[in-house]
Amino acid sequence: MSEASGHLAENIVYFARCLREAGLPVGPASVLDAIAAVETARIGDRDDFYWTLHAVFVKRHEQSILFEQAFALFWRKRALMDKLIAMMSPVAVDRSEKKARPQAGSQRVNEAMFKQAPKEQAEEKVLELDARLTVSEREVLKDKDFAQMTAAEIALAKREMVRLRMPVDLVETRRLVPGEGRVIDLRRTMRAAMRNAGHVVDIKFRRPAVKHPPIVALCDISGSMADYSRLFLHFLHAVSEQGRRVHAFVFATRLTNITRALRTRDPDEALEQCSRLVKDWDGGTRIAHCLERFNKDWSRRVLGQGAVVLLITDGLERQVDAGLAHEMDRVQRSCRRFIWLNPLLRFQAFEARAAGIKAMLPHVDEFRTMHNLKSMGDLVRALGREADADADPAAWLRKVA
Amino acid sequence: MTPAPALPASIDATATLLAGADYVAGRDLATVLFLALRMKRPLFLEGEAGVGKTEIAKVLATVLARPLIRLQCYEGLDIASAVYEWNTMAQMVEIRLAEAAGDVDRATLGSELFSERFLHRRPVLQALGDTGAGAPVLLIDELDRTDEAFEAYLLEVLSDFQVTIPELGTIKAPEPPIVIITSNRTREIHDALKRRCLYHWVDYPSAERELEILRRKVPGVAARLSREVVAFVQAIRREDLFKAPGVAETLDWATALTELDAVALDPALVSDTLGVLLKYQDDIARMSGSEAKRLIDGMRAQLQAAQ
Repeated sequence: MSEASGHLAENIVYFARCLREAGLPVGPASVLDAIAAVETARIGDRDDFYWTLHAVFVKRHEQSILFEQAFALFWRKRALMDKLIAMMSPVAVDRSEKKARPQAGSQRVNEAMFKQAPKEQAEEKVLELDARLTVSEREVLKDKDFAQMTAAEIALAKREMVRLRMPVDLVETRRLVPGEGRVIDLRRTMRAAMRNAGHVVDIKFRRPAVKHPPIVALCDISGSMADYSRLFLHFLHAVSEQGRRVHAFVFATRLTNITRALRTRDPDEALEQCSRLVKDWDGGTRIAHCLERFNKDWSRRVLGQGAVVLLITDGLERQVDAGLAHEMDRVQRSCRRFIWLNPLLRFQAFEARAAGIKAMLPHVDEFRTMHNLKSMGDLVRALGREADADADPAAWLRKVA
Repeated sequence: MTPAPALPASIDATATLLAGADYVAGRDLATVLFLALRMKRPLFLEGEAGVGKTEIAKVLATVLARPLIRLQCYEGLDIASAVYEWNTMAQMVEIRLAEAAGDVDRATLGSELFSERFLHRRPVLQALGDTGAGAPVLLIDELDRTDEAFEAYLLEVLSDFQVTIPELGTIKAPEPPIVIITSNRTREIHDALKRRCLYHWVDYPSAERELEILRRKVPGVAARLSREVVAFVQAIRREDLFKAPGVAETLDWATALTELDAVALDPALVSDTLGVLLKYQDDIARMSGSEAKRLIDGMRAQLQAAQ
């Protein structure tokens, strides 16, 4: 048994490495668990073995597909399974056959499955800009349209974004914490009373805990919006670095959840990871379809606890039917506040004439521009207070009528 | 007292045990359940509402003859209602009595007041106690409804099976309880918690398994009707719905149709009773009328082909 478990452990270690390279967060603890689990289950057939490892290595439903592929490739290809089952069976089996060479095999599997994309060249760092960062330049930058910025200015704008402080838009939760409130905290009162030989002198209270509502961002990354959305993602990254709960999605022809990628500490690395996830940068737009996917797959999972939804898109949807308004309406009804950020608004003569915009406008709470640092600052301030009159979508609708 | 039945010794035994309590489980679920019992690890069950996650804990408690302790999670759930609370009223009475008797010794009174006698044990602490019939089954239901703070608190409980009460010290379970955690994915549960558990995604059952469940749970349904109901539900789950019906809905629907003396599905009947199966107005509107007819026709063709 000891030799058998030795081989087994070795193979599981290689398999775990294979999974890790495929993107599953498999730590050393899981490997130990897996070995223990396989020994506990005393595998009888392929299915049992599959579900045993599955129970240990897979921690999210989405990972099942990856696991399945890796499992099939890793264990079936080299007929390892039969050998393992033979080793695990109580009857001793002659193991004179050649030793399996997991190293070479796993390499092959890795190569077949997870082709590493060549690393893109790191963005050139423009260090000398720091010295020239005068107040007036900062002012100019504030009003400059994101789409017209040079690479150097974008780098500067990114740094400015990090300086934006999110407002203190706290909401009450249902959890109670010690503090001035209406609910008497008998437990703390009793502890305080103990100091006075049991005489209740000071009654302690509890109040609802407060916390920031989560921010859910839906960013359009189709051709016309790509410049704005890239910078907006930097903004989102800066916001999540401030400890705010941010769920981010990008969409063009389909919806991609980039929340996990955005949590990477370094902003450029985070954006790099996002672009690896996204398959449709600069493509066309299917807003209605992507919103529908969001509503069906994600809204119930990310819109809890009074989320604020930020939708950044120009609203130029080609196929406009009842579906678009319907999906917008559903988003609005499931969140606390629905803000539409539209870079087109920067034009003085903007009128909500496009059919898509007309269909979407009645279903948002606020309608704001988002094309330069100043508008970004405005948004941050707006999040801290109640909806104001200049962002009222009804005003835009009246203009069209 | 009769000792609790021993834990199953193999995956097959686990499957048999579940079948004995009318729970029709797939091999996948039996495997992970067996591992959880053997490795004494919490089992984290995720899946859509109505696929039978909570039921697993109930069945497990029944077949193993263990007490079931249920912690229903909700937003704002705190330690006082999940783990323990001091019985403040009794403590106050105790203080008054001590005063009336005239022997107020602060040190003794202090240690008396914060002793087990004045402790209200809530579900988590109950599960760590000795029940006399083996370790209980602790069901932490719909964990995704609590906030992150409570989830973090559970980490100590789930990895070491102990709870620390400042006034009393650490209470450790003599034998780890069998922990089943369920989540409907209304939000993501933190990886740190999942890492301490064995994970399983409970999916909708296959047609054969669903038919078997229906046969066991609602025995009064005519054979033809049950086949049609299951085939219809399986078909409707493949449609792009806001919320696909769970097994619980299938059972409800079969019961409802039997109450209406139906022997086979027809479009009008389906449209009239869709509310039992679907719980969103958009879905109901989409699926009634001609859609229902299309699904029924497809389902009939499929059933005929299978025969």
